[in-house]
Amino acid sequence: MNFKILGTGSYVPDNVVTNDDMAKIVETSDEWISKRVGIKERRVSISETTLDMGLNAANRALENASTKAEELDLIVAATISADSVCPNLACMIQNRIGASCMAYDISAACSGFLFALETAMGYIERGRAKKALIVCAERMSKLLDWSDRSTCVIFGDGAAGVVLEATEEGFYDSVIHTKGGDDVIDIPARDGISPFYKVEQKHPFLFMNGQATFKFAVNSISHDVRELLEKTGLSPDDIDVVIPHQANKRIIDFAQPKSGIARDKWYVNIERFGNVSGASIPIALDEMNRAGRLARGSKILLTAFGGGLSSGAVIFEW
Amino acid sequence: MVFEKIAQMIADKIDCDAAEIKEDTKFEDLSIDSLDITEIAMDIEDEFEIEFEADPSMKTVADLVAAVEKKVG
Repeated sequence: MNFKILGTGSYVPDNVVTNDDMAKIVETSDEWISKRVGIKERRVSISETTLDMGLNAANRALENASTKAEELDLIVAATISADSVCPNLACMIQNRIGASCMAYDISAACSGFLFALETAMGYIERGRAKKALIVCAERMSKLLDWSDRSTCVIFGDGAAGVVLEATEEGFYDSVIHTKGGDDVIDIPARDGISPFYKVEQKHPFLFMNGQATFKFAVNSISHDVRELLEKTGLSPDDIDVVIPHQANKRIIDFAQPKSGIARDKWYVNIERFGNVSGASIPIALDEMNRAGRLARGSKILLTAFGGGLSSGAVIFEW
Repeated sequence: MVFEKIAQMIADKIDCDAAEIKEDTKFEDLSIDSLDITEIAMDIEDEFEIEFEADPSMKTVADLVAAVEKKVG
């Protein structure tokens, strides 16, 4: 069994925060941010919850796929910034769109879309799902220490989703890797107010060792892409489009030559959205889809890396 | 030998003549930031086939060369 993407949808908040706006909050500049990470602006929620963004993306994906909510057999949401610990985001999207299928969240940070895709493919493979909705929604702005200029300028808010359908062909293969640890990227949860718990609360905001993250990201892209090409027997020239996780333009610039896949095939939109964690790849996919830049039959390679540490890549036909 | 190779790597990275890079040249004077040093450190790993981490305290080309020479032995 195989899958194809029937439709895509995305949603980002209207509020545009430029690098000059960021320079009013922390000591930074447009020049520094542009040179270091390649971001010019990001979207930051004023009133949208993670569910609001995920729901908008889900509805747009369903509409684009000409699929009704009741046709869905599975909803997988990937998020690290859900509004509630319980119910999970997927259950709330299920509730709002009026679906009745199973729905649950997975947590894989910036690799979330690929892990969700891998999960959905398992249900499709077992014949348990014919149509599945994947939604990645992140309000990263709530996880940031807005006085830390090394991290708060990098991220943005947004959501995107895809509707998958079981088919006979279209999927080539995927790779998924994890390397557990909290020394490179860590986002501690809040400890609560138990009068009995005596462990000191860690700073409850996103921590990232920039250089170690850079190294992991570059190595993940080059390793995962090479591994996947070898696994599928495809050559770099066979790939039509590469959508990498949009974490830092310099990661993409440094990793691309190591992958062997020509630069003009790599899609980059980080300058407009920043790093939207797991939603970055499906936002890019939706942009390309709606711009008519994905021809039927073209081979698409997605490659992601992030907290966990986690990474993965997939090749499928549009 | 290590210095010549590293000077060439830096020159390739910032698109200048390797002869302009001396042992006491400061990264700051070459407008090399910490991500550039991370990229150079990854190139060093490939070139010398060693595990190598760039230390943020490295200020000059000589600092980097000394750290690599220590690893290469």
